[in-house]
Amino acid sequence: HLATSLPLPSEGDHLRPRIDLIAFMIDIKSKYSLKNVEASLAHVAANFFLGKVCFLVTGVGRVNYCSVEMSSIWKLGEVYCSPVLYCELELERIRVATAQRLLRMLQICAGHVPGVSALTFSFLLRNS
Amino acid sequence: NLDSETTALLLRKRWALYSVTPLYKFSSAHLKAYAKLLSAYIAAEKQKGLAVQVGVELDIKVAISSLPDLKGSDQDEAAILVQLSLRSQASQKKSEEKLVWSGCFCSVCGDDLSKNVSADFTCLPVFLANGAESYTSIVGSWFQEIFDCCFHRLAISPLNLSWMAAMWTGCKVEENASAVELVFSVPNLPQPLDISYAIHPEDAKALWNTVQKTPGEITQEEVDVFMDCLYSHFHRHFKIHLSATKLVKVSAAVASAHCDGIIKFLQSQYIIEVLMLLTELAISQIQ
Repeated sequence: HLATSLPLPSEGDHLRPRIDLIAFMIDIKSKYSLKNVEASLAHVAANFFLGKVCFLVTGVGRVNYCSVEMSSIWKLGEVYCSPVLYCELELERIRVATAQRLLRMLQICAGHVPGVSALTFSFLLRNS
Repeated sequence: NLDSETTALLLRKRWALYSVTPLYKFSSAHLKAYAKLLSAYIAAEKQKGLAVQVGVELDIKVAISSLPDLKGSDQDEAAILVQLSLRSQASQKKSEEKLVWSGCFCSVCGDDLSKNVSADFTCLPVFLANGAESYTSIVGSWFQEIFDCCFHRLAISPLNLSWMAAMWTGCKVEENASAVELVFSVPNLPQPLDISYAIHPEDAKALWNTVQKTPGEITQEEVDVFMDCLYSHFHRHFKIHLSATKLVKVSAAVASAHCDGIIKFLQSQYIIEVLMLLTELAISQIQ
């Protein structure tokens, strides 16, 4: 499910399946996207931050287009105890690899992988 | 402080920016010899048909000199100026020479780079070029060949441009100073759109003064607050989020900078300060 900001509209509540993972996308070329994510984070229930949230930073291939300081994104990851992933949307290879990574994370967060909980997995991701 | 000749050379010209890795076995004692070698190289390139001018028999005269006042600290190397002039072969008169291209290697407070290299290297990480691109590439190739260095175009990110906007707004403005102008490029549109946001210099300075806590010091947080104020003001009037666009050009009374790596010095007393910032950017690109 894709949304441009949170909270999600309440009309669709009863039709929406359970949410297992929230990936916040931040475009390093747009300060606005960071501000948007920061505002949306306030609408997320606290239990999601036990491994069911991650930050996906796009546009990192082009350093000279940076409008957002990487340190503010790392700080966000620290404050919200969630991993920061990087993706270059323009390259298909990386897009596919990132999508596979997210799917794997989703499987763990949904409890489909025995022996690995969302919390331990995110702990591993953040400390590697 | 800079002398008036150096200032006249740098002011109000459009300089393309490059970062240069340290030059190997470069000596400021041999500048005249280097000029002769470069002159011969250019003449040879001309024979190959890669020259700029065709038709009229024109000579390219090369002059390489040192600008000892263009530096920040004593650890900095003195800046090196390269000038190409066109002179008709028929006339030997100096007055008939026309300056067509200037290049300047310089370093202002570039200790971060020079402290890590051996004495055989000369650190002049910033290169400014004014004139035809073809001359820039010929001179660049010669330096790269002889001194084993590398030239890279120095682009300026929107993050660094906003830093410059805040810094230059804070500089002392004289009467009738020009407006602070920010140019934004809007991405993902079928037709390119540029937004120009001009702010009265007094208003901009007043805003910056309320944001900056310690005079003489600037933090990233202060720059962010300053830019956010400008963005929200614009949003209030035009309902456009400038923070979602790309800042491509910053213009103030002090200087103007473009993200493609183009700089223009507009006030002599701030040349060194601007060069100090450019040296920092060049060094982080090199390292």
